[in-house]
Amino acid sequence: MSNLEDLYREIILDHYRSPRNRGELASPPAHRVEGFNPLCGDEVTVYLDVNDGVLTDIKLTGHGCSISQSSSSLMSTAVKGKPLEDVRATIEAFKELMTAHETTTDEEERDATNLRTFGELAALAGVVKFPVRIKCATLAWNTLQQGLQELAS
Amino acid sequence: MAPGQRVSSFNARRVRADIPQLTRRINGRPITYLDSGASSLQTHSVIDAMSRYYELRHANVHRGVYQTANEATDAYEGSRAAVARFINAPGEESEVVFTKNTTESFNLLAKVWGATNLGAGDVVLITQMEHHANIVPWFQLREATGVEVRFIPVGDDYRLDLTNLDELLRDVKLLSITGMSNVLGTKNRVHDLAAIAHSVGALVAVDGAQMVGHGPVDVTALDIDFLAFSGHKMLGPTGIGVLWTRESVLDTMGPFMGGGGMIADVTLDGFTPAKGVARFEAGTPPIAEAVGLHAAVRYLEGLGMDHVAAHERYLTEDALRRLDLTFDGRVRVIGPLDVIDRGGVISLDVEGVHPHDVAQVLDQFGVCVRPGHHCAKPLMRRFNLAATARASFGPYSNTADTTVLLEALEHALKMFG
Ligand SMILES: Cc1ncc(COP(=O)(O)O)c(C=O)c1O
Repeated sequence: MSNLEDLYREIILDHYRSPRNRGELASPPAHRVEGFNPLCGDEVTVYLDVNDGVLTDIKLTGHGCSISQSSSSLMSTAVKGKPLEDVRATIEAFKELMTAHETTTDEEERDATNLRTFGELAALAGVVKFPVRIKCATLAWNTLQQGLQELAS
Repeated sequence: MAPGQRVSSFNARRVRADIPQLTRRINGRPITYLDSGASSLQTHSVIDAMSRYYELRHANVHRGVYQTANEATDAYEGSRAAVARFINAPGEESEVVFTKNTTESFNLLAKVWGATNLGAGDVVLITQMEHHANIVPWFQLREATGVEVRFIPVGDDYRLDLTNLDELLRDVKLLSITGMSNVLGTKNRVHDLAAIAHSVGALVAVDGAQMVGHGPVDVTALDIDFLAFSGHKMLGPTGIGVLWTRESVLDTMGPFMGGGGMIADVTLDGFTPAKGVARFEAGTPPIAEAVGLHAAVRYLEGLGMDHVAAHERYLTEDALRRLDLTFDGRVRVIGPLDVIDRGGVISLDVEGVHPHDVAQVLDQFGVCVRPGHHCAKPLMRRFNLAATARASFGPYSNTADTTVLLEALEHALKMFG
């Protein structure tokens, strides 16, 4: 049985109440990309400043449920200031985390591994137990990925 | 009156005992089903009728000669007659078309009656509080024929703003309105609006999805021309709906989908459509579902629709009062706050908590409510809302359901506050 506390970890609620890197960047020069989840009406707009292969700044606006909005905020702190390869790797790793199936490893060990790999982002790991909410958690990440692809082309 | 005290004359406890799904436990708690607006639960009698049909009497309907084929046909047609009686159709069973659901009923209306009777220069007048089922088919018709689709606005009081009705009615050939909003709970004055629309020569269609099954609906007394509704919102099964149409109008309508069952003759050159309701029911119809719907109608008739309406009114009044008392504005009701012309659908805007999070927390308490735009996006935009969390009652609901709802809402507020 999935517990509400697995979904709404304190870090998630904190990022929902006080989102980090909230706002806009002048675009241009920043790249602007919008994401939308038609099922829930969740919306995010991501602004990206990329210089010399580094994501020098990121800001987000949008509205939606606590999962979509806290995931945006957590993402921004995880990728800001990072080289683009690291950003891409983090996106891939996070999406993997959101598709992870029930494993046989005991939960404590898995939590510890997640924490080492993901830091604060690990708080979102519980979302996989609530399949309908995975789309909420991945919205900002897919939007960021799309933005990076647009920049690359 | 103490919260939880039951004063209506209606024996909700007995009704609850007739609904097997109410014995379910969700997350370790008894289910609190507050999503009847989306779909109602079924009675034992409905489920049993369908099982018995499949166990003993199943065969395809019409043109059969053997005994079970005749029985299946009688069962299917018997349901049609029961539905006609239930809504007091003046032309009885010859006016009841079985569809898949309310949505298909509106598509039939737009794509058959609309396509032949409406064109450029004509207007379909709907309202800003319609479900997409009574919006999109008209937009599709507009693309095909150039008909104009016009909206009666909704006022800040969550009711239709009829200030400019005379102007809005200009060139209107069809007024198509919901009997009750599935978001606001607002009930519209169908009879009065129908009389006004008729006076300018328009026909009147009503979305009865949230009406039928929650109170008496009498198409003769309402003096309307079309009524659409779904079996699954009135204790019946999914997969069957109704379009009732006045016989004089129905006779002017061509067929809908083509295939078996809807023809009088087919040659190498073409086809002749069947007469009567058959020409709208191509292919093997939802026979078991019709049997289930018949059982639902019988059950509701047994309760008495006046009693059902009074019971749900009582529940709504109690819930509105307790929401106000308990939360003092932190939980806002998106809809009328009194029970005059209002039904048991209560949309909530919970301070600081997104509707999806509300529904998620409530699920932990076994409470089933629906978050989202409820397929009424123009209405949601009107009130600047992306979504609400909606609780809705059925004949089996009780004040204890509301008590659990309040407890769970309190928890959601605490968690996110
Ligand atoms: C007012 C109203 N109209 C139409 C519908 C569509 O019903 P169905 O999905 O059964 O076609 C609904 C149900 O959601 C409704 O509430």
